[in-house]
Amino acid sequence: MSVWRQPSRDPLWREEFPVHTEDERYVTRRQFAKFLTLTSLGMAVGNGWILVRSWIRRPSAYPSVSVARIGEVAVGGVKLFTYPTPNDPCILVRTAEDAYVAYSQVCTHLSCAVYFSAKTRRLECPCHNGSFSVADGSVIAGPPPRPLPKVVLERRGADLVATGMESA
Amino acid sequence: MAEPAPRHKNDLVVIDAALALIATLLVVQMWLLSATLEAYLSGHDRVVLPAAVVSAVIFLACLGLSLFAGRGDERSRL
Repeated sequence: MSVWRQPSRDPLWREEFPVHTEDERYVTRRQFAKFLTLTSLGMAVGNGWILVRSWIRRPSAYPSVSVARIGEVAVGGVKLFTYPTPNDPCILVRTAEDAYVAYSQVCTHLSCAVYFSAKTRRLECPCHNGSFSVADGSVIAGPPPRPLPKVVLERRGADLVATGMESA
Repeated sequence: MAEPAPRHKNDLVVIDAALALIATLLVVQMWLLSATLEAYLSGHDRVVLPAAVVSAVIFLACLGLSLFAGRGDERSRL
């Protein structure tokens, strides 16, 4: 039976509950158009939801947290910490004698924990071979769609202090 | 089941064209939604408002075309 067969003059209730089972599968153009329009409404609501979320999301005040002492981490070494909440793992890398960078440790692809590879000098995700630049957190290879959020660091005396997060 | 009603061929072509247009708009809207989500998660909030407006306009266009197709479908059954 063709989906695009000619409809009858029967009232809708008789078309919806036909005698023959195969007639139930018949979709009128009107029903198809209604289905597409409802799908469109769903997507418009989705866009509206994102808009509302962006209005609700206020730039939060990040705490200042000491994450390491100067010299605590060797050159090429890392230290794991959490920032801004205990549920947000981050990674601090000492890239040179006097250079420190820190990023969220959560891969932007499927949230696996990234690690620093001293050999390639990249932050790598072991799950799907994504890799990020240690210089700015940008995506170098693999499936991650976005750069790693960067932790803003400040040097206060002998301490490295995290003062905020930056999305690229 | 009764004999199918005679339909005007032109009516059917116009209805099918309207359905094809709705489907095309839907594909654009899907892309818009995924791109907006991507931008929002990247922290680029500037695109969110225009995207929501465009998505609403596309929905209204789909609604209009759907009503048009429904009316044409009704008319072609007469």
